Amino acid sequence: MNVLAQQLVLGLLIGGLYGLAAAGLSLVFGVMKVLDVAHGELIMLGGYGAFWLVALFGLDPFAALVLVIPLALVGGGLLYSGLFSFVVRADEETRVKNSLLIGFGLALALHALAVQLWTADERSIVTPYGGAVIMVGELAIPLVRLLSLLLAFLLIGGLHLLLARWRWGKAIRATAEDWQAALLTGIDVRRAYLLAFAIGTALAGAAGTLVSVGYSVSPSIGLEWTLKALIVVVLAGLGSMIGTFVGGLVLGVAEAASAAVFGGPYREVVGLVIFVVVLVVRPRGLFGK
Amino acid sequence: MLELRDVDAAYGDIRVLSGVTLAVGTGEIVALLGPNGSGKTTLLTSIAGLLRPRGGTIRWEGEDLATVPAHLVVERGLALVPEGRRLFGGMTVEDNLELGAFAPRARRHRAEGFARVYALFPDLRERRRQLVRSLSGGQQQMVAVGRALMTNPRLLMLDEPSLGIAPRLVVSIFAALAEINRAGVGVFLVEQNVQAALTLAHRAYLLESGRIAGQGRAADLLHDPHVRRAYLGPLAVRT
Repeated sequence: MNVLAQQLVLGLLIGGLYGLAAAGLSLVFGVMKVLDVAHGELIMLGGYGAFWLVALFGLDPFAALVLVIPLALVGGGLLYSGLFSFVVRADEETRVKNSLLIGFGLALALHALAVQLWTADERSIVTPYGGAVIMVGELAIPLVRLLSLLLAFLLIGGLHLLLARWRWGKAIRATAEDWQAALLTGIDVRRAYLLAFAIGTALAGAAGTLVSVGYSVSPSIGLEWTLKALIVVVLAGLGSMIGTFVGGLVLGVAEAASAAVFGGPYREVVGLVIFVVVLVVRPRGLFGK
Repeated sequence: MLELRDVDAAYGDIRVLSGVTLAVGTGEIVALLGPNGSGKTTLLTSIAGLLRPRGGTIRWEGEDLATVPAHLVVERGLALVPEGRRLFGGMTVEDNLELGAFAPRARRHRAEGFARVYALFPDLRERRRQLVRSLSGGQQQMVAVGRALMTNPRLLMLDEPSLGIAPRLVVSIFAALAEINRAGVGVFLVEQNVQAALTLAHRAYLLESGRIAGQGRAADLLHDPHVRRAYLGPLAVRT
């Protein structure tokens, strides 16, 4: 019983990162109707970016977020301008197809680049408090993972407020709902796309930082994170960032439960089962609008 | 002043407008009438910059709009209330109106805009915190007109504002259009409800199969036998 409870707690902790990883993908897909399959690679780059900042400047990894997020914002803006800005000129069906091609190409390139720069070894950021554990009864909660979950929640909450209150946040939501109507109200839709993509990349960078602290990064984690994010986006549906976070937690716990009940290999299966079941039973997702 | 000269428009290979020439003067109410599929919506979306014409010119206050992106057409004072309203259903009435005042020029007049819209449609003030998708069709149409007014237009274009709306609310929307026009805003109206449109408008154009098939003063067209037969139905001919 305790073993199961412990597994579920760990599942919940990583679930927060699934939610954060999915938030960026969901924002980009919801607003631009572009599926960025290189999202996991952006998370990977965020992880290495934080790793660098920690190694070169001796920053605390959580403090490194203050640098990683703006850097990723700028990087995302450049990536949009260079690769995705012409995709959004097409109609929506063509956008998805073209973005898949570009995304796969980008993912391969970033993967190769990461192998060149950092070798294929797994790395993770080591902190003095990295081994600290909080005991709740007989449950052991790793401190850094708990902090990561809290930060993920704060970032998603911040994103939610940004989209709800900020002038351009509302413009981004309006564009997601009906881009032509957004144009008719005077919103520069291209700029809304740029902002959404930059913010999505910043979220990936933040997620990558947290992954490299509590877990580990290697050049090949990209696909895995893209998949997790995609499953959460389908599970939660578009349009609610808080819903996406909850979706992440659900996936984390479901993975832990199936690993505990059916054995380790089933951890990866449950996500795909959820993916298919949600698509059949409730295609707009749990919280989709 | 809006001027269209020889405007051709098409979707792919399908030609929708051929050589449309028309004008809407400052402060004028002009109706555009025509059967389904005659190209009325295409004409409005072309003016708004959502669709680029294949030929001809669209001028607004002397400026050719050919290269002006849609979001800047709004900024120049041309607002479209699109067919089917196209509101942001997941947002509140207030958010929808506020988005109408998104462009810099409109934002400077935001407070007046709200006052003006709430004075025209007092219902909306009470429902400003409600999600738009929870409103009735007529109330939604008011939000759509309100959102366009928030852009601080000099010409308001409307695509079928009476479609699918309770008759009582159609009356209040048309009354609002008259009120808006009294403040000096031009109105260019596409409408199936020909009787109402010709009663409100000063002039009208008839669009048939993508061509201008006739034009004239609204009062004259209301009594024109061809118009009555084609647009007001067989019952109207006898009366």
